[in-house]
Amino acid sequence: MNEYLPLVSLWRLLAVLALVISPHVLRLPVWETALIAAVIGWRALAAYKQWRLPPVWLKLGLTALAFIGVLWSYQGRISGQNAGTALLCVMAALKLLEFRDRRDVMVVVFLMYFMLMTHFLFSQELWTVAYLIVCVVATTAVLVECQHRGALAPRFTLRKGGAIALQALPLMLLLFILFPRIPGPLWGLPADAGAARSGLSDRMAPGDISSLIESDETAFRVTFDGAVPPPAARYWRGPVFDNFDGRAWEEGFATLVPGYGPEVDLRGRPVRYEITLEPNRARWLFALDMPDESSIPEDAILGREGQLLARKLVRERRRYTLTSFTDYRMAQTPQHPRRYLRLPDGFNPRTLDFAQRLRDQYPQDLDYARAILRIFREQPYVYTLQPPALGRHSVDEFLFDTRRGFCEHYSSAFAVLMRAAGVPSRVVTGYQGGQLNEFGGYYVVRQSDAHAWVEIWVAPDGWIRIDPTAAVAPERIEQSIEAALSELEGLPGHLSARTRLRYYLEARWDLINAQWNGLVLAYGPELQQQFLSRFGLDDMRRMILTLTIAITGTLALLGLMLLRKAAPARTEDAALREWHRLARKLTRAGLPPRPAEGPQDYVERVAAARPSWAAALRHIAGLYLHSRYQLDPETAPLRELAHAVRSFRTS
Amino acid sequence: MRFWLIFKILLHPLRWAQDRIDAWVMARVKRQPGPIAITRNRVYILPTRFGYFFALMLLVMLLGAMNYSNSMAFLLTFLLAGIALVCMHHTHANLVSVQLRAGNCEPVFAGETAHFELRIDNPSPTPRYSLAASWPKLEEHAVPGDVAARGSGLFMLSLPAGHRGWLEGRVFSVSTEYPLGLFHAWTWAELDMRCLVFPKPAAHGGEPPAAGGHGGLASSDRSGQDEFAGLRSYRRGDTPRSIHWKSLPKLQHPMVKQFAETLEQDLWLDWSALAALEVEARLSQLTRWVLDAEAARRNYGLRLPGTLIPPGRGDAHRFACLKALALYDADAG
Repeated sequence: MNEYLPLVSLWRLLAVLALVISPHVLRLPVWETALIAAVIGWRALAAYKQWRLPPVWLKLGLTALAFIGVLWSYQGRISGQNAGTALLCVMAALKLLEFRDRRDVMVVVFLMYFMLMTHFLFSQELWTVAYLIVCVVATTAVLVECQHRGALAPRFTLRKGGAIALQALPLMLLLFILFPRIPGPLWGLPADAGAARSGLSDRMAPGDISSLIESDETAFRVTFDGAVPPPAARYWRGPVFDNFDGRAWEEGFATLVPGYGPEVDLRGRPVRYEITLEPNRARWLFALDMPDESSIPEDAILGREGQLLARKLVRERRRYTLTSFTDYRMAQTPQHPRRYLRLPDGFNPRTLDFAQRLRDQYPQDLDYARAILRIFREQPYVYTLQPPALGRHSVDEFLFDTRRGFCEHYSSAFAVLMRAAGVPSRVVTGYQGGQLNEFGGYYVVRQSDAHAWVEIWVAPDGWIRIDPTAAVAPERIEQSIEAALSELEGLPGHLSARTRLRYYLEARWDLINAQWNGLVLAYGPELQQQFLSRFGLDDMRRMILTLTIAITGTLALLGLMLLRKAAPARTEDAALREWHRLARKLTRAGLPPRPAEGPQDYVERVAAARPSWAAALRHIAGLYLHSRYQLDPETAPLRELAHAVRSFRTS
Repeated sequence: MRFWLIFKILLHPLRWAQDRIDAWVMARVKRQPGPIAITRNRVYILPTRFGYFFALMLLVMLLGAMNYSNSMAFLLTFLLAGIALVCMHHTHANLVSVQLRAGNCEPVFAGETAHFELRIDNPSPTPRYSLAASWPKLEEHAVPGDVAARGSGLFMLSLPAGHRGWLEGRVFSVSTEYPLGLFHAWTWAELDMRCLVFPKPAAHGGEPPAAGGHGGLASSDRSGQDEFAGLRSYRRGDTPRSIHWKSLPKLQHPMVKQFAETLEQDLWLDWSALAALEVEARLSQLTRWVLDAEAARRNYGLRLPGTLIPPGRGDAHRFACLKALALYDADAG
C-alpha cells in the first residue's frame, strides 16, 4: 500500500487537518498558527505544482526551531497541557513536509485523532460533541479514502465514515457507561490542567466586581431540598477580606484549622441544598450564609471567618451538598480585633475626618452604621455599572465627589467608615441572588450575580451583616441586578430585558447544559457506582462481564446485518430460485452445471450419468421451462415445480 | 528453540499469528476447478500493523482520559474503539461470499512472466472495494481492485515461468484491508489454473536447415520463382488464378499450378537435424525456427520423436507446434 496519494485525496486530508486544528488556533501562539497555516498551504500547492519536498536538513531545522519556539512561548514548560498541545499541533503540521504515501496518511490520521482529544482538555461544553462527531467522521473518511487506490467521491467516503461512526455509537455508549472507572489522576496533572481562572478573585479593588457583571457565565447552580429562602436572604458567602491597603481589600489573615470554624449560634430552619460549582481554578466553595460546619464536604475547611475552602484548586466541576441557616448569630469576639480596625496611613483623609464628626453624633455603633446607610439612601448616591475612575484617595473621591459606584465601592467605603470610627469591620465577597430555572427547578447563580457586602462587629451580637448596596439600590437585593440598573446604563446583552421567549430558550439551554454536566461530564467512579448499582452491577467484575456480553451481542448483530448485505442477492424470479436449488443439489452430488449449458442440456447430461434420476429431472426441467417462459404468469406451475425440486433426492 | 519461538511471538506477534494460521489453513486448502465461494468460515482476520498501533494509541488516550477524568476524552476514546470493532466486521464482510474462478492464462515463453487471470464475482448487492489477490508472501505487491455489486472483477496473479511445460497455479490469497486499514482479512484458495510455457526461443541467427528428407531446396532455386514445377489437386483457398484450367475438362476436378517458390515454403523443422545439441537446446532452437518461419509467412511442419505436425501456418498451427515443443517429453522434463 505504499503508493502515492491522489492529489484530491491529499487536499481533502489537508482540509480535515485544518478543521481538527482550528479550535486550537485561539490558544496557540500567533507564530505557530502562522507556521501551521503556511505549512498546510505550501503542502497543498506543492502537490499541485509537483514541487520537491524539502531536504532533510530543512525539515530537521524547522522541527528544532518549532520545538525551541514552543519552549520559548511557554517559558520552557514542555510538559504542560498548553505547551503539549502546541507541540502536538506543530509537529503534526511539520509531518506534512515529509508526507508522501499512504503510510504517512495513517500516521497523520492517528495524530489527528489525538489532537481531537487534546481539545477536550480545554473545553467540554455541549457543542464539542458536535465537533467531535464531525471531526471523527471527516477523519475516518480520510482513512477510508487512503485505503483505496483511486480517489473516491467525498460523498461516498463521508457516508462510509459516517456509517461506521454511527454503528460505533452504541458501542461507545456501552463502554462509556460500563467501562469500570477508577478515580484519577493516575500520575498527577500538569500545573495548567483544567479550566482557566474565572470568577471572584482573592482581592477586591474598585472595578473588580463590576467587570464580572459583563460575564454571563454560570458560577454555580443550586438545587434546594425543601423551602427556598427569599432573594434577600440568598447571600452566597465567598472570600472574606480583612486587610485594606488604601485601595484594595485582601485576605490578610485567615484562620483555617479543621474543626475550628466560626462560633455561630444557628437558628431557625435549616436549608438543605446541592451546589454544582463550575471550575474556577480557585479554592472557594460558595455556601449560603451561614453553612453548618458539620455538613461541609470532607475535603473542605470552614474557616474561622465563615469562608468555605476546598483543599485543592477547583479545576473541575464539582458538586457538594450543604446545610445552612440564614438566621444565625456569630457572637465570637475577634481573635485579633486590631486587624479589623487597621487603616493604612495617608489614605482618604476626608473620609477619616468625616467619620470622626459623624461618630461624635452617634456614639452607639449601630446608630452610627444606620446613619451612614441613611446618607447613602438619602443623598444622591447612584448605583451604576460604569462608575468614574478613582484616584489615590479612592474612598474620599467616591464618597464626596463622584457618588457613583457599584457594590464594591459602597462596601469598601462603608467598611472604611466603620473602621475610622473604631468599629471592627470586614468585607465579604460572594454572590447574591440567583435565578430560578423553571424547567429544571434549580437556581442559576452567574458571575453577574457577584456581590460584596460588609460585616461589622457589634457587642453583644457579634458579627452582623450590613449590605450598603441595599440602601442605595434595594432592588438589587430584592430582585436582581438587572432590576437595579437603569436601562440607560447600556447593560451587557445578557442582562437586558428578557422576553418570555428568550427566557424560555435560555432556561431550556441552561437545563440541557446542567444535565450534560451532571449526567455526562460528571460521570466518574462515584456516579457510575451509584447508577449501576441500581441494576445490581455494583462491582467491577460484573461491570466487565456485562460490558463484554453487551459488546459481543451488539457486534454480533452488526456482523449479521453486514453478512446479510454481503450475501448473494436473492434471485427475483421464483422459478429460477427453484432451478438454482436443484443445481445446488446436483452440485453436491458432484454434477455441477457448466457455465454455458442450458437447462435441457444439463438435465440430459446428468440423466446420462445417472439414469435413475432421468425421469424426475426431465419432469423438473419441463416444469421449470414452462414456468420461466410461460407468457401468462398466473398459470405457471410454480408450486408443482417447488414440490418436485424439494422432493428430488440425490441419494 | 523454545526461546526463539517466544522471541518471535513477542517481536512479531502479527506475523507469528498469521504464519501459524496460514500453515494450518494451507495444509487444508484443496485444489478446486472453481468457482470457489468464499464462505464465512474461510475468512481469517487479524489486525494490521496500523491496527496494533491504533490500539496502542487508544490505550494512551484511555490513560489520558482517566488521568484528567475527562468525559469527552472518554467518549472520543470509546467512539474510536467502537469504530475499530465495527471496522473489523466491515473488513470481514467486504470479503465474505465473493466467488473465485479461474480466467484465461495466455501461454508464455520460458523466462517470461505468466499472468493467471482470476475472476472475482460478487453475487451480492453490496460493492466490494480494494480486494487484492496475491501469492503467499507477496501481498505487498498486489494491486487492489474493486468489484461492483452483482459484478465481476478481473485480477492478475503473476508468476515467473521458469521452464517449459505446464506451470501450475499455486495456493493464492484474496485479501482486503478496506475500509480503514486496521484489519487484514484474507482467505486461501487454489484453483485449477495452469499456464502453458513454451520453450525459451534460442537466440537469432541459426538458419533453419535445409530440412532433411524431401522438399529440401537450395537457395539457388529461388531465382526461378515463376518456374513451373507441376500440378497438384485443388485445395480450398487456392486462388482461381492458379487453377490449371486447361486440364479441367479432362480430369473433371481442378488442378493447381505449382511453382518452385511455392514448393520451397514447405519447411520441415526436424528434431533429428539437431542431433548435436542436448534436449532443451534442441527444443529452444526448434521454437526459434517456428517463430522465424511464422514471421516469414512460410509453411512449416514439425517433426518430433513420436509427433508429426504436417506443414501449415497461422496462429493455430503455430500454437500446435509450440505446444508440442512445450510438452515434449514433459513427464521426463
